[in-house]
Amino acid sequence: MSAPTPAAASEDYHGAGSPARLRWRRFLDHRVAAASGVVLLMLAILALAAPLIAAWLGLDVTRVDLFNRFAPPFAAHLLGTDELGRDLLLRLLFGGRVSLAAGLVAALVAAVIGTVIGVAAGYYGGRLDAALMRFTDGIIALPLLPLLIILAAIDLDKLPLPDGWAQSGSVSLYRIIFIIAVLGWTTVARLVRGATLSIRQREFVKAAVALGAGDLRIMAVHILPSVASPIVVATTLSVGNIILLESVLSFLGFGIQPPVPSWGNMLTNAQEMIWSAPQLAVYPGLLIFVTVIAFNFLGDGLQDALDPRAIPKRR
Amino acid sequence: MTRFLVNRLLQAIVVLAVMSFVIYGLIGLMPGDPIDIMISSNPELTPADGERLKALYGLDQPILRRYLNWLSAALEGDWGYSRIHAVPVMEVLLPRLGNTLWLLGGALVLALAIALPVGVYAAVRPYTPLDTAVNLVCFGGISVPPFWLALMLMMLFAVSLGWLPAGGMRTVGGGGLADRAQFLVLPIMTLTLVSVGGYTRYVRAAMMEQLRHDYVRTARAKGVRDHTVIWGHALRNALIPVVTIVALDFGTLFNGALITETMFSYLGMGKLIYDSILGNDFNVALVGLLFATLTTLVGNFLADVGYAALDPRISFGEARV
Repeated sequence: MSAPTPAAASEDYHGAGSPARLRWRRFLDHRVAAASGVVLLMLAILALAAPLIAAWLGLDVTRVDLFNRFAPPFAAHLLGTDELGRDLLLRLLFGGRVSLAAGLVAALVAAVIGTVIGVAAGYYGGRLDAALMRFTDGIIALPLLPLLIILAAIDLDKLPLPDGWAQSGSVSLYRIIFIIAVLGWTTVARLVRGATLSIRQREFVKAAVALGAGDLRIMAVHILPSVASPIVVATTLSVGNIILLESVLSFLGFGIQPPVPSWGNMLTNAQEMIWSAPQLAVYPGLLIFVTVIAFNFLGDGLQDALDPRAIPKRR
Repeated sequence: MTRFLVNRLLQAIVVLAVMSFVIYGLIGLMPGDPIDIMISSNPELTPADGERLKALYGLDQPILRRYLNWLSAALEGDWGYSRIHAVPVMEVLLPRLGNTLWLLGGALVLALAIALPVGVYAAVRPYTPLDTAVNLVCFGGISVPPFWLALMLMMLFAVSLGWLPAGGMRTVGGGGLADRAQFLVLPIMTLTLVSVGGYTRYVRAAMMEQLRHDYVRTARAKGVRDHTVIWGHALRNALIPVVTIVALDFGTLFNGALITETMFSYLGMGKLIYDSILGNDFNVALVGLLFATLTTLVGNFLADVGYAALDPRISFGEARV
């Protein structure tokens, strides 16, 4: 990260104003990240507007039309139709709602779990720290994908859950968010613990202790804002990873259950049809790819922008 | 050092023991149970027979009891039978393990053979268009869904060009070494492509970190040739974190193997675990998952050993922060 001429680089930012504006300018300097943000925003808007687009096109995403299977792209179906004659474009948009929602919500839940564990371990130290970190190491050592498959295959009727809960339509979405969040918090926890360890020694924390602030108040008011940057970066990066995991699980048949479309399960049948209808295999995967790479670039850009010590890259 | 390794080993055994119980419990929660399967495959059985069978196989006992029974049998070498394959679990598992090691080994060697030179090359000219291009490609490799990449490669090389088989282990009837190798090309290519991006980024980051050090400037000031400074001095130090991360990342590689094997019908551990979960083959799923955990733990352990072996400054006596 060493810029050849740090002096010149800092001059670029001279008069940038408040730290927030400085960060914003740094972020925009990472052009790929800024572009990724725009792409993601557009994808999110399109996904949110999917029902409106469906109404506008006069199509129904669930409508099966066996006389129009594998239709090539034409005016009524902009991307053609799938093996059941459903409109591909609409299914992609509705699939985006599911995939993006699963990725964002699971990443947020994982970030909350990781933050609580990381701050507690870093702040209290000692035995609690040792126990929590061994626990984290244990989770990291698990074979993630096979374990997720097993968790996704569990028969919910064998668990003591409220009646009818396991039968509700969105249960596969909740389940996948839950299992990914439960195993996916480790990166955030480790980063937050490391940051907390160093913040804890700082004068302003000692001053708060001297003033008689309780542990909870110190953690929430003094430590949490200081460790926000690594949390934001790690969470952004993990959204991409989680979307990948969700798509793999849905593809293998353990994630979002058809007929609800997700980018992953739209590819499940595509493998048998790569000879006859290769276009069905291309689009969903391309959307996963674009979304995940955009989240990764975004995280990379945020890392540069939020780390106050990093010397801005020249691009 | 020895104390540290023994500690780590004990820790790994504890993780493995806990995992075996957790997996045992989870598998009990999967749809269907062995008795249901027997009953549904034989219409003559009555519910009363079901109860008797449950008692016969000890399935009416509490889970901890059943787990301990399983564990004591397993420790004596009895891992149970595979329901799908109708042979002892180890007889299915061990050949599959061999196949997976071929796949993992091939992809790992190939990925490192690409990542090392490319990563170093990018690190010595940071933020040039070339470095940016490498970075972009790496992000692509990290972000591509492995199963979709497999599909695309299949479409290109098996469907459009017809150069390579789309999946399987060998031509029916055939089976020479060259034939086997042909079926390995696409799986190894997929796994290499999904892991090489991450490795290249590690190498680049580690190299850039090393090139900032004083010893590099000193060597340059003494007139050591650029080539020697980079490949002889800096890279050797940069390898320490790279080896660690690659070993720690072994679990990710295994995830990739599961997907790749399933896509290409390559008969390895990953596909075995997947199939056994789908087909209610409880014994195989259980042991397969334990093996997968073991592989990751061995990877972590090797990372620690490699770390110590590569860096003489590291002592493991005191607590690490």
